[in-house]
Amino acid sequence: MQKFSAWSLLKQAFGGHRGWQPQWRRAAPQSSYDAIIVGGGGHGLGAAYYLASEHGMNRVAVLEKGWIGGGNTGRNTTVIRSNYLFDESARLYDHAVKMWRDLSQHLNYNVMYSPRGVLMLAHSVHDMQVSKRHIHANRCNGVDNEWLSPAECKAFCPPLNIGHDIRYPVLGGALQRRGGTARHDAVAWGYARAADALGVDIVENCEVTGICRDANGAVEAVETTRGRIGSRKIGVAAAGNSSVVMGLAGIRLPLESFPLQALVSEPIKPVLPCVVMSNAIHAYVSQSDKGELVIGAGTDAYTSYTQRGALHVNLHTLAAICELFPAFRRLRMLRNWGGIVDVSPDRSPIICKTAVPGLYLNCGWGTGGFKATPGSAHLFAWTIAHDEPHPLNAPFTLERFRDGLLIDEAAAAAVAH
Amino acid sequence: MLLIHCPYCGPRPELEFSYGGEAHIARPSPPESVSADDWVAFLYLRANRRGLQAERWRHVRGCARFFNALRDTTTDQFLATYRCGEPRPDGGGSASP
Repeated sequence: MQKFSAWSLLKQAFGGHRGWQPQWRRAAPQSSYDAIIVGGGGHGLGAAYYLASEHGMNRVAVLEKGWIGGGNTGRNTTVIRSNYLFDESARLYDHAVKMWRDLSQHLNYNVMYSPRGVLMLAHSVHDMQVSKRHIHANRCNGVDNEWLSPAECKAFCPPLNIGHDIRYPVLGGALQRRGGTARHDAVAWGYARAADALGVDIVENCEVTGICRDANGAVEAVETTRGRIGSRKIGVAAAGNSSVVMGLAGIRLPLESFPLQALVSEPIKPVLPCVVMSNAIHAYVSQSDKGELVIGAGTDAYTSYTQRGALHVNLHTLAAICELFPAFRRLRMLRNWGGIVDVSPDRSPIICKTAVPGLYLNCGWGTGGFKATPGSAHLFAWTIAHDEPHPLNAPFTLERFRDGLLIDEAAAAAVAH
Repeated sequence: MLLIHCPYCGPRPELEFSYGGEAHIARPSPPESVSADDWVAFLYLRANRRGLQAERWRHVRGCARFFNALRDTTTDQFLATYRCGEPRPDGGGSASP
């Protein structure tokens, strides 16, 4: 692996930048591996990386039916935060936020993590009470979160309209300063490059079409569009298609897959210094380093695998943003797209062993999986390597639905579900 | 936006409807003898099918009645809508309400 540094950049500059090598090999699948990860998004690539780097498993493959990072990892709005209400969630997401801090140095790849602050607005007395409850719960869990008055919101985010003459005036906001954004593609590429350097095979255009089990019911191989590949440990991190992949092993999941849309504006000079979210009126916006406003819309009402959604869902969000930020009204939108998110009944993820020996599951991240990428990958690798969950993901099982131990994060994405 | 054919009112825009999830899931009974796993299957587990799916819709801003639909989740195309209590038009799945 070519290491990135000021020196290597200078050296390549003298060679006209013709000496750079591909960041990872274009691997063909071998006949068997110690572990297989199904799904080449951030969570899957990261899990493969941690299996190799922390658990000494070097014969690992990531199987991706399309291209890596082409699913929800490349389609999300890149927001990172950990201000979740319940203890289990706060610990899980804060594990990830702590890992984001030095991920670029750790991977020697700039994931452009920018802790610019996530401001969640309140528009009613009820909103204010819920926000303050979140703040107190967060602080009990060691997660930073603070209440800002409307004037303080305006000082922190100057383009925000805090006037009283709008339909839903801003009555304050909860600010998590460690929250922010990162470059989503770089996360997939950085993990792919680092995993590849440790011997992990990243196999693209390889769709899993079957999960084979031995006489005892344990997994022994996967059938794919590129042939049969043996492994005694198979981790599924297939996001919106989790129900489809797990169905190959006869396991039904408590998931429904919905389209979730996002859109970006034409690029403009830096104007929005933080991430702004509003649950009540569904605004969700930040500005990328390229200058585009990155806007998250809601889910469509119905389940679908189409990776596209309806225009009225986007218009709903844009109307709210135009009212909160009157200066944005004349901006043109450049692109919009959809991803398929796997939503669990309690809006919390599932990272666990399954009833099938050797089959592991990481799914249910719904509309908010990107922020958890490093933590999720790290804990999933642990679960696969030890054949038991890490204490941080032990509550996030499939059995919690049977045992009544839901982690009911209705505010998980801070957007109305 | 989808154009949905209400079996009572005819074709109407999606905004007049609310979605009700997978259809033909029968509540297990009698409740005192239903196992925890069967409650999980009824309450939480879903086929979440990639392809043809039977699902419930409600024309909530129209006649307010529930009905069922067959829709392909890979194209969002409706193949049929039908009244509650009627079997799936394609003969698939179970015929419970």
